[in-house]
Amino acid sequence: MKFWRQPGFWLPLVLIFLWGGAVLVLRQDTIRETAFTVLMFMALASSLNILLGYTGYVSFGHIVFFGLGGYTGFYLLSEQGWPLYLAAVGGGALSALIALLVGLAVLRLRGAYFALATIGINEAARAFVSNFGPFGGATGMFVNFSAYEKYGGAGPALWTTFTFLWITTLVVLVVSYLVKHSRFGLGLQAIREDEDAAMVMGVPAPRAKTITYVISAFFPGIIGTLYFFKNGNVEPGDAFQLHMSIEMLVMVMLGGMGTVLGPVVGATAYQGLRGYLLTSPIFKELHLAVAGLILLLIILFVPAGAVGWVRGRIPALRRVLE
Amino acid sequence: MGFVYGVAAMGLTLIWGVMSVINLAHGPVIALGMFGSYLLFTLLGVNPYLALAPVAVFGLLLGFVIYGVAVHRVINAPHLSSLLATFAVNMIIIGLGTAIFSTSPQNIDYSLGSFEVGFLTIPFTRLLATAGAVLFTAALYLFLYFTRPGKAVRAVANNRRAAELMGIPSSLVLAFSFGLGTMLAAVAGGLIATFFPFTILSGGPYELKSFVICVLGGLGNPLGALLGGLILGALEGVVPAFMPVSWVPVVEFGLFVLVLLVKPSGLMGAK
Repeated sequence: MKFWRQPGFWLPLVLIFLWGGAVLVLRQDTIRETAFTVLMFMALASSLNILLGYTGYVSFGHIVFFGLGGYTGFYLLSEQGWPLYLAAVGGGALSALIALLVGLAVLRLRGAYFALATIGINEAARAFVSNFGPFGGATGMFVNFSAYEKYGGAGPALWTTFTFLWITTLVVLVVSYLVKHSRFGLGLQAIREDEDAAMVMGVPAPRAKTITYVISAFFPGIIGTLYFFKNGNVEPGDAFQLHMSIEMLVMVMLGGMGTVLGPVVGATAYQGLRGYLLTSPIFKELHLAVAGLILLLIILFVPAGAVGWVRGRIPALRRVLE
Repeated sequence: MGFVYGVAAMGLTLIWGVMSVINLAHGPVIALGMFGSYLLFTLLGVNPYLALAPVAVFGLLLGFVIYGVAVHRVINAPHLSSLLATFAVNMIIIGLGTAIFSTSPQNIDYSLGSFEVGFLTIPFTRLLATAGAVLFTAALYLFLYFTRPGKAVRAVANNRRAAELMGIPSSLVLAFSFGLGTMLAAVAGGLIATFFPFTILSGGPYELKSFVICVLGGLGNPLGALLGGLILGALEGVVPAFMPVSWVPVVEFGLFVLVLLVKPSGLMGAK
């Protein structure tokens, strides 16, 4: 396989590998928390990008998989006593299953109708989980403390969670690259440009879209489990925030949709910016307004995002920045 | 309630119908409408129903501004761009609103008493809100179907290029329809403010309800929006009789997804 030699493949991986490794070596709690948030959004944005960037389908409620997977994983972990990695994969698997069922129906819709339907699914799931007894209803669930003991207490358990997240992020990026550069990914990009033409050319559009939807739902499920395990509790308001869903979209746009590196850059930039705005004395009150303004400027003037813009300007970098 | 939902949804559906843009800044504009009547009522002592007129004018102007700044450049771009552009406007309004008004709940302390029909007690504020909603719907209908600018709006919605060839200034008409849409949102906000307490964030749930209503009635169809609003209002009244109130959103959004799947053109979709 030639892709091992491509700089576009290993550049983001090496960066994240080194960064996560450095955090693990330093062993400082504050650095870990920051890195956890950024890594989480990188992985979420990248998995959204697999759907959004390659097929052009705007999923506004992608956070539903984060919430549902997180709830499932949390339930398995805390109530059934599964080990963390199995519970996380279980959460991901349930997300993927739901994506398969929902996708078979919803992916027939196109454009804005699809976007609206995903919002509806998120809200329906939130309302359903709020009323669902085994998941604790509106108050949610708290972690069973014996679950932490397997990892040597609450502190070390957080480091274990971080390591899992780090590995998950790396896997998401590898998958993202592989999808983009496979025959399958080319089919997806054909769908993005013109679905009808792609179907005429023999791209099995409905199947390809469903598979993509499942892939991009699987990882948020895993990440959700890790995130809620780290937090120690899960409740409907946190799990299905439409706001977070849109933040993921913003990150993808910021970095450049349809690129492997874009969501990584976007997530880092957005989190950095938000951290700065929230702590600076001038913008503290207005951080949302300023973030909105920046978003507006990007959409109006740099629609390709940071990575897309650089690729467009400097052709020599096209092989490096995928 | 259904009529007021209908007015909010009509604004959304009008914008969608004319320019295929889903306006994610709809919720904050509803909230701004609430605060508009609130400020006029508490600072100047204007009757909340008279306050609807300045609120409507303000909504219209706000719509022009939003269109000019955010929407005009991305109107021909893929859906994602216009969705995110209006969402950016949403963030800006909410950010500014939070800084100015904070998120503590406000209330228009205005009551007209109530009257009784059989075993029902109906506050007069609700009745007037219904009347106001019907009035605005009728006005919109008359405007769209019996005046030249209204006809221009419908022509642009039908086929923008053809309308331009007939000498209709399409940019101006688009800006105007966007203004009309936000005006309806602001008016709905003003009406809601007369019977519920609100914060700058309260527009969100009404925006989501508007989506449901628009899809129920058929995107781009003002009368459908009113019908959808009535259906949703009725659902909220009827469902609690059979199951706990907290299940209402499950039913609403389930219905929403179902309608999208089975008949995306909505109940009144003409195809």
